[in-house]
Amino acid sequence: MVEIDSADEKEEIIRLENVSVRYSAPSERFNTFKEYAIRYLQGKVRHEVFLALHDVSLSVYKNEIFGIIGNNGAGKSTMLKLIARVLRPSSGRVWVKGRVAPLLELGAGFHPELSGRENIYLNGAMLGFTRKEMDQKFASIVEFSEVGDFIEAPLRTYSSGMWARLGFSVAIDVNPDILILDEILSVGDESFQRKCLNRIDQIIKGNATILFVSHNMALVEQMCQRAVWLDHGVVKAIGDAREVVDAYRRSQT
Amino acid sequence: MKTVSAPARSKSVYYDSAVAGNPALEELREVWNYRNLIYQLTRRDVLSRYKRSVLGVAWTMLNPLGMMLVLTIAFSQVFRFDTELSYPAYVLSGLVVWNFFSQTTTAAMVNLVWGGGLLHRIYVPRTSFALAAILTGVVNLLFAMIPLLLVMLITRVPFSFTILLFPVPLLLLAAFALRVGLMISTFAVYFPDVSEMYAIAILGWMYLTPVIYPESILPDAYRSLITGLNPMYYMVKLFRTVVYFGQLPAPSDLLVAALISLVFLTAGWIIFTRKAGEFSYRI
Repeated sequence: MVEIDSADEKEEIIRLENVSVRYSAPSERFNTFKEYAIRYLQGKVRHEVFLALHDVSLSVYKNEIFGIIGNNGAGKSTMLKLIARVLRPSSGRVWVKGRVAPLLELGAGFHPELSGRENIYLNGAMLGFTRKEMDQKFASIVEFSEVGDFIEAPLRTYSSGMWARLGFSVAIDVNPDILILDEILSVGDESFQRKCLNRIDQIIKGNATILFVSHNMALVEQMCQRAVWLDHGVVKAIGDAREVVDAYRRSQT
Repeated sequence: MKTVSAPARSKSVYYDSAVAGNPALEELREVWNYRNLIYQLTRRDVLSRYKRSVLGVAWTMLNPLGMMLVLTIAFSQVFRFDTELSYPAYVLSGLVVWNFFSQTTTAAMVNLVWGGGLLHRIYVPRTSFALAAILTGVVNLLFAMIPLLLVMLITRVPFSFTILLFPVPLLLLAAFALRVGLMISTFAVYFPDVSEMYAIAILGWMYLTPVIYPESILPDAYRSLITGLNPMYYMVKLFRTVVYFGQLPAPSDLLVAALISLVFLTAGWIIFTRKAGEFSYRI
């Protein structure tokens, strides 16, 4: 049997040490400020403390595909936010070595009035790249996206498929050390999808680490070496992906 | 390869939540690192505004001009304000300042809410959106200066070298607008109706500031209240002093305006950067 969790030979790239995320939210949901203000004056606003993650410790190693599973509200996206440094832990320590990039919701952050070219630079800047770096990436992004001459046309003239392909091409050209995949790709036609999967394969071979979040257990088993199962902010199981998925499946029946 | 017990600091990107420092200072550093993003956001706002219509650039200039015309007809005929040199130029100089303020603060809010979907997926300095809004406002204000100077020329307002000092009040104004923009965008993250309420509030605020009327018509009983407690009063006054009246600002006015900007901005920056960590729960 292969002991996947023996870490001695691998380089740690993400580590969470006793991480908790706590936040207080009003116990009711207020959609408007007026509502809130009235309730506040009535003294009826109560805050509840939520523990999105509770005392989580784990390590992810270089060049592995690490699965994150669990039901909705289990803390999966909170964990991704911690790793992407969008969120700071309330206690504990998070350290991450390398550039983290999510595969953005395709084309999120695009502006319809700007040309494909301008949007590529804008999106690149959001991922933290300088103009020079984007100059170098530009040609390969355009080529990968297959939008061709449309690159100088405003995005509102694009078909939805072209829009998504361009978004994917920017995200995938980042060459991050850690890639967050939190939804399975459904971009464009089958041939483009195959191209995307090939590209992800290349990224993995290029020594990147992948965090894969999915509700598709078969896919997690197939793709990931290791996985963690979160439940209500607590680690239920961690280790070999197959075993973790098995444990999860047993709990669901 | 050996086990890495304590991570060696690599020269590549490295993040450790345990060594994160003061959020306000951290934000300043990150703004510098992400200056390309702020540039790109500004560029996007300026371009998308001017691309949408052929009249794009012209609109920036025509909008205050049109308002000036209406106000000139209404007020200079009906109320006969005494604004010394020329009412059209007086009102236009005020509107240029006010439009800057209302546009940038609103845009800061809209930008942050727009960026919400991205903000919980990737790290970007949260102040970038407000900063880009301010820079866009500066570009628009420079365009809006053209009709102002034309109206001054036509209505024979004497030009003085002090016009060249307009970047000074602009800088103070920008700092104050940044602070207000950060504050209301914090609210708007939590409550979507804040943007409507702000639109009403800012209209009321304009009427409480001597923008379209001269300071002299304020009743003595309220004058010190309106001028004393209203930071925008100093911003409008300072801009007008150097551009419209062609005078050097009184040192006391300059000092008050500078203090307001500095104190407000510093406080706003600290509050915003501290709150910003919670945004990703909300957006």
